[in-house]
Amino acid sequence: MEKTIAGKTISVNDEGFLTNFAQWDKSVGEEIAKENSITLTPRHWEVIDYIQNEVRKESPLSIRKVGKSGVVDIKEFYALFPNAPLKTATKIAGVPKPASCI
Amino acid sequence: MKKVVILGAGTAGTMMANHLAHKLDKEIWSIYIIDERKEHHYQPGYLFLPFDMYEPSDIVKPIKDFIPKSAHFINKSIDKIVAINNMVHLNSGENIYYDILIIATGAKIAPEEIEGMNGKEWYRSVFDFYTYEGAINLRNKLRSWEGGKLVVHITEMPIKCPVAPLEFSFLADSFFKHKKMRDKVDITYVTPMSGAFTKPKATEALEHLLVDKNIHSVGDFAIESVDNETKVIRDYGGKEIPFDLLVTVPTNKGDAIIERSGLGDELNYVPTHKATLQSKEHKNIFVIGDASNIPASKAGSVAHFEAEILTENILHFIHGEPLKESFDGHANCFIETGDGKALLIDFNYTHEPVEGSFPFPGLGPLRLLKESRMNHMGKLAFRWIYWNMLLKGTHIPFVSAQMQEAGKHFD
Ligand SMILES: Cc1cc2nc3c(=O)[nH]c(=O)nc-3n(C[C@H](O)[C@H](O)[C@H](O)COP(=O)(O)OP(=O)(O)OC[C@H]3O[C@@H](n4cnc5c(N)ncnc54)[C@H](O)[C@@H]3O)c2cc1C
Repeated sequence: MEKTIAGKTISVNDEGFLTNFAQWDKSVGEEIAKENSITLTPRHWEVIDYIQNEVRKESPLSIRKVGKSGVVDIKEFYALFPNAPLKTATKIAGVPKPASCI
Repeated sequence: MKKVVILGAGTAGTMMANHLAHKLDKEIWSIYIIDERKEHHYQPGYLFLPFDMYEPSDIVKPIKDFIPKSAHFINKSIDKIVAINNMVHLNSGENIYYDILIIATGAKIAPEEIEGMNGKEWYRSVFDFYTYEGAINLRNKLRSWEGGKLVVHITEMPIKCPVAPLEFSFLADSFFKHKKMRDKVDITYVTPMSGAFTKPKATEALEHLLVDKNIHSVGDFAIESVDNETKVIRDYGGKEIPFDLLVTVPTNKGDAIIERSGLGDELNYVPTHKATLQSKEHKNIFVIGDASNIPASKAGSVAHFEAEILTENILHFIHGEPLKESFDGHANCFIETGDGKALLIDFNYTHEPVEGSFPFPGLGPLRLLKESRMNHMGKLAFRWIYWNMLLKGTHIPFVSAQMQEAGKHFD
């Protein structure tokens, strides 16, 4: 599926996750955040950086892992990205939705 | 003599001892298998125990009965693995040196991870069914429970047999219907995932069943605490769900031995190559079953498929040949749906469960992702197959270690 985000044509899946990280940039992240009623602050960006780094290292993500990362604890992670923090944060970061295993 | 040492005589360790006893040259190799328990538990039976569908004697048998005569069974607790010295240290003080080590110490529940979970309501109104004690205590509770809010809950993923909590919900619906008290019980299924299961097609089918059976579901719930006073579970976002009876699957973790040995990730699972089952850090250490971190289901059927492939790879390793990257994450699980019916799912790393027939393409007799009585018979037969074929490492006719794509309706 194609979608226009921040004036660019971006391919996304049916849940709105980017399918090609190369199409991501900060303005894309900001617009997806806005769709989720979030205004990104420097704290949000620290978490997004962390998530993108982990994905680059191919290391699987979980809420527990983010909570132990030293970047944020789970409470703050929820405060920053309410409801489903890992899902929302990965969507904004332009990376695949974590396959919380099987 | 050279030594293969297997840690854990559960599902995976026992299968490996049997496979290797057939395949290794007895003049050169001796097999040691270590477990602190005397009894082998058929864990899938824990699901049926609370509903009085199985007796304890159906699911507990002596470990020794399943270990091949040529292997040495050591009934002791393992303290730690000292990988740089190729050595295992037992709590009794002994050291056992190995040429090849197979880690099969499984996974267990860790209710202490969540504040209040094993507080004063533990085994009063808060239960697990992932241990023998939990399942028996829950059975006793259910025998006299008069109804109210039943919450079936998953703490965090991954867990063993990820469909078991759903099955529990379905069986509970059926159990209360038979007791003519379904109208007195309100069932809610609570999960940290966004849907009922991790794979889209199966989630669709399963969510449909939840609705049909009048089971409410709450997704994206990451539990922070269990409040023993007000009897609610609370998540990090502040959401609260009240319960009269909480049946939870606590966090699952690898055994503490993995942590003591410095070999695990944040949940004590051993980083393992997902296609060869060799540990990522040590060439002569292999990992099978629930103890590894591979992205496959933690299930006995998965361990069975892994065992066939790991046996081949250990032979390759011994002969100095390259390992085969052949494990595809194959899983095959029956899902009890209550009222004497079940679903069957068959999937791997890359293919999600879809509809179709199994094991014979186009013929069945089992139907994939559809409720049927035949599938329920299959689930019950699984116990016999487990004790009589699976543990002994006997190949199950027509079911290959790698997933078959024929007979499945992929888009
Ligand atoms: C409720 C429930 C339902 C399930 N349903 C199904 C199902 O329908 N189908 C299916 O395929 N699978 C099912 N499973 C999953 C299946 O039981 C497990 O995946 C399987 O048993 C894993 O085998 P394993 O050998 O890795 O671990 P285990 O069988 O748990 O064995 C680990 C062994 O290691 C020993 N050990 C651990 N640490 C030490 C130590 N420090 N010292 C000495 N010994 C130690 C333990 O005593 C144990 O015997 C279910 C599990 C549960 C809990």
